[in-house]
Amino acid sequence: MKIVVCVKHVPDASADRVFADDLTVDREGTDGLLSELDEYAVEQALRLAEAGDDVEVVVLTVGPDDATAAIKRALQMGVGSGVHVLDDALHGTDVLGTSTVLAAAVTKAGADLVVCGMSSTDGAMGVLPAMLAERLGWPGATYAGRLEVADGHATIVREDDTARLTVEVDLPAVVSVTDQSGEARYPSMKGILAAKKKPVQTWDLDDLGLDPADVGLGAAWAHVVGAEPRPDRGAGQVVEDRDGSGAGAVLEFLAAGRYA
Amino acid sequence: MPTVLVLATFADAVPSRATLELLTLARRVGDPVVVVLEEVSEAAAAVLAAHGVTRVLSVQDPAFDAYLVAPKSEALTQVVDAVGPALVLLTSSVEGKEVAGRLAVRLGASLVTDAVDLDADGTATKSVFAGGWTTRARGGRDVGVVTVKPNSVTPEPVEGWSPVAVEPVAVTLSDAARGARITARDPRAGSGRPGLTEATVVVSGGRGTGGDFAEVEALADALGGAVGASRAAVDAGWYPHAYQVGQTGTTVSPQLYVAAGISGAIQHRAGMQTSKAVVAINSDGEAPIFALADLGVVGDLHEVLDAVVAGLKADQA
Repeated sequence: MKIVVCVKHVPDASADRVFADDLTVDREGTDGLLSELDEYAVEQALRLAEAGDDVEVVVLTVGPDDATAAIKRALQMGVGSGVHVLDDALHGTDVLGTSTVLAAAVTKAGADLVVCGMSSTDGAMGVLPAMLAERLGWPGATYAGRLEVADGHATIVREDDTARLTVEVDLPAVVSVTDQSGEARYPSMKGILAAKKKPVQTWDLDDLGLDPADVGLGAAWAHVVGAEPRPDRGAGQVVEDRDGSGAGAVLEFLAAGRYA
Repeated sequence: MPTVLVLATFADAVPSRATLELLTLARRVGDPVVVVLEEVSEAAAAVLAAHGVTRVLSVQDPAFDAYLVAPKSEALTQVVDAVGPALVLLTSSVEGKEVAGRLAVRLGASLVTDAVDLDADGTATKSVFAGGWTTRARGGRDVGVVTVKPNSVTPEPVEGWSPVAVEPVAVTLSDAARGARITARDPRAGSGRPGLTEATVVVSGGRGTGGDFAEVEALADALGGAVGASRAAVDAGWYPHAYQVGQTGTTVSPQLYVAAGISGAIQHRAGMQTSKAVVAINSDGEAPIFALADLGVVGDLHEVLDAVVAGLKADQA
């Protein structure tokens, strides 16, 4: 079984993230890392590989030069090899274009199972796994809090606001996992050393048979026409609770805003 | 006027508040046509008509409940082909966004998720990077697909409406849409509280609760709100994951957000920063949550919340 894990290199959420002049995300000014939510996808793939015979795990990313850091982290965690889709024409590609590129790369790599994180931590749309399943024509089992794979099918448990669903899909399929799927491991020293010798292939659009005119900022389906830093909320009132004064302040606030 | 297709969601057979918000936004852009993926009663159709809907389309198929997402998206694609809208609006729930994503792929449409406002020309406003930036985006294709966060606008009925007949619409679903079979569905025991994403008031508890959510729940109930929890509280096993507010849980945007015993890590702020008003109660006066609170109380959350609930009850008595 071949598992492809899709990961994204994202700006560090704890740093100041900003937009560049062309209204794409400025990746120059902020350190990037493997999206935290993708670590859970890597973890699930590694657990499946450890539990089964003959399971190969490949990490796949689409992004500029420094996105290779996300691949490296996955290799350090234990993934066997990496694929980096790298092409200048990809700058500014939106989620629809990204799903096209990933679908082409998954097809070229060959996969029985694609595992994604539930969402990126930058764009945070949470739609890519469903789009990728749609493009591949494969079933999508998304937002898995639990994942099991056996006998050519995958079973997930997904919790939503109203119910706990058990969902079954035949492979090949796309699965996305939540942070409830299982704590992601840290790379060991052995893993870090081993990662240096693991193969990483770089593919461009030509390798994937894609037309540069169909991706990138110019081909983006939706156009960002404005981006502004939000004004500070302004420091609100902070009171020390003394002899019930805290509750009094809250009650006043609730009454003033007509919340109560 | 262009047609705006709105995918309505129902709660207990009546249109959800989020749906009425979508209709209020849809009317800025054009004539709203509603599609409902279940049976529509006359009473429900009347509520939709009172919010400016000119047509109500009802699609029913057992596949909507038997499989995840894909049949709904495929059905919606066929409705879009038949109706020819300029814009399709859906609610920014987990399912709504997935349906929207698949729909955009099928239609070759532009997609904007988590919008909080919509202009007459379809330009959508959204908040990104944990609420740190506001962006405006416009579709560059014939059809635009936009998902809107609940609590973005106040639903406004129209004046002088007349009843609208429900039109049944038949769809043909492919085998490919039946790929993700739902083999079990265990309904969550009803808490009697509103859903987290749609609630106008959310009261959340964090590490500072020490695992005791009694006062958090009591305040939520006194305000008719939902209960939320920080990741620390969920990881500690104090509250179920479905109630987690933050980057890895649910993003909420209520009129009022009360953070009790939550320090306010960036991952949590990402899930609540677009709340209209924030009250924070924390024993640590240095907690980052205070920087974005309209009212902060430095004190013991159990004592403060208990007194607030008692005060509210005294007012009602």
